[in-house]
Amino acid sequence: MVIVFQSKPSILSSGVVVGPLEKRSVFQTYFDKISADERFQKVSNEKGNAMLISEACQTILKKSNLNNLDIDYLLGGDLVNQMTPTNFAARELAVSFIGLFSACATSVSSIVIASLLTELGASNYSIAGASSQHNSVERQFRYPVDYGGQKPATAQWTVTAAGFVLVGKHQPKLPYVEAATIGKVIDYGATDPFHMGGAMAPAAFDTIQAHLKKRSQTVKDYDVIMTGDLGKIGLKILIAMFAQSGVKKEDLSRFRDAGAEFYGEDTAFLAGASGAGCSAAVYSGYMMEQFKSGRYKRVLLVATGALLSPLSFQQGETIPCTAHAIEIGMG
Amino acid sequence: MKEQQYNSLKDQITPKTPLAINCLKAFAVGGLICCVGQAISFFYMMFFDFTEKTVGNPTVATMVFLAMLLTGFGQYRKLGQFAGAGSAVPVTGFGNAVVSAAIEGKTEGLVLGVGSNMFKLAGSVILFGVVSAFFVTLIKLILVSVGVAAW
Repeated sequence: MVIVFQSKPSILSSGVVVGPLEKRSVFQTYFDKISADERFQKVSNEKGNAMLISEACQTILKKSNLNNLDIDYLLGGDLVNQMTPTNFAARELAVSFIGLFSACATSVSSIVIASLLTELGASNYSIAGASSQHNSVERQFRYPVDYGGQKPATAQWTVTAAGFVLVGKHQPKLPYVEAATIGKVIDYGATDPFHMGGAMAPAAFDTIQAHLKKRSQTVKDYDVIMTGDLGKIGLKILIAMFAQSGVKKEDLSRFRDAGAEFYGEDTAFLAGASGAGCSAAVYSGYMMEQFKSGRYKRVLLVATGALLSPLSFQQGETIPCTAHAIEIGMG
Repeated sequence: MKEQQYNSLKDQITPKTPLAINCLKAFAVGGLICCVGQAISFFYMMFFDFTEKTVGNPTVATMVFLAMLLTGFGQYRKLGQFAGAGSAVPVTGFGNAVVSAAIEGKTEGLVLGVGSNMFKLAGSVILFGVVSAFFVTLIKLILVSVGVAAW
């Protein structure tokens, strides 16, 4: 099912806060704040994650001359158990809050809910987004940060970043949310937690196909179709899938991936970036700027998420994945 | 696209693990770590009152201490990415597994954090190490008892 937003809720402002390593990102000029300390001088990585979110929200409030009482809803999530960083940041912000978990696809699912609330007339201003903090996510999903295990070329690096946007009623000359597709949960039997791109590509493919079909569009209708964190190898797989499905060769360059591009060609990050903060930071920072500068007129943002837990993986379950898409227009 | 079709496409695009190069790297780094260990053994035998039979314990302790330092300074993980099994199999890899888990548990306190997390990764190494040592010794004992081997 495609949701078409009649009122075209606008993305009024954005806030992106990242950790020290993200200074090496090719998108670094689009980040509002680069912290020198991933823990923000707090005692734990989880508190650092909460600070990322708080600071991103504060950036939005400051940029748009609002205070927390003007915000109707905060919608967001992260990857730590029970999403405590987002819950704790919501405690600071003291606004109505719903925590959302779509793994790394939360960056888009939160904007979809915010747009629905706006369309409904229930919200004038909603803050929506997602975050991840490298150390807290690694210990949760993989090994201790300093453990010396060898990662394969398909492994990705969880970014330390929070990206949030302010969604409100339609305003001219700002990017707006035109339509959205909520993805199904797709599982092609992948079991390798170091090859998330390969696990998630079918979900991205399914959601993009569904969105284009229901909207009677083709790949050509978009300047860019940007997935969240398939990584370099996952993006190649996605492009191969679309090539097989009949998309012309010259149109395949419209497919891009935030995770594949995040750290450029730096081989230290293997297949690229991942994490809920990856797509959130690139969409809210880089993408919104591209609209404002007039470079893009219509973009499909497709955040991908792997819905596994360390427990499900150890119990031998496969990795179910999802992808949510929003169509952003301008003008 | 069917699941089977997709998986063959995925395997086609996914780069293969460079087994030969990884083995060479593991051999070189693992060998180097063992050389350092051997040098430390010689050092203890030359300057202290250790024999070839007793030098094992202080050597292992020193190697684990070195691994601990490297882990704490965030270097062992870089070595591990390069060397793979070469830095995981020697006792320094065991040290790294213990120390990295301990560091991670620091924020939950000494007892619930460091104490209960320290052997999260290395715990199974200890368990299966002890179990296999028991069975190896049992086999040897039987062989000695029936007169096939000597202690």
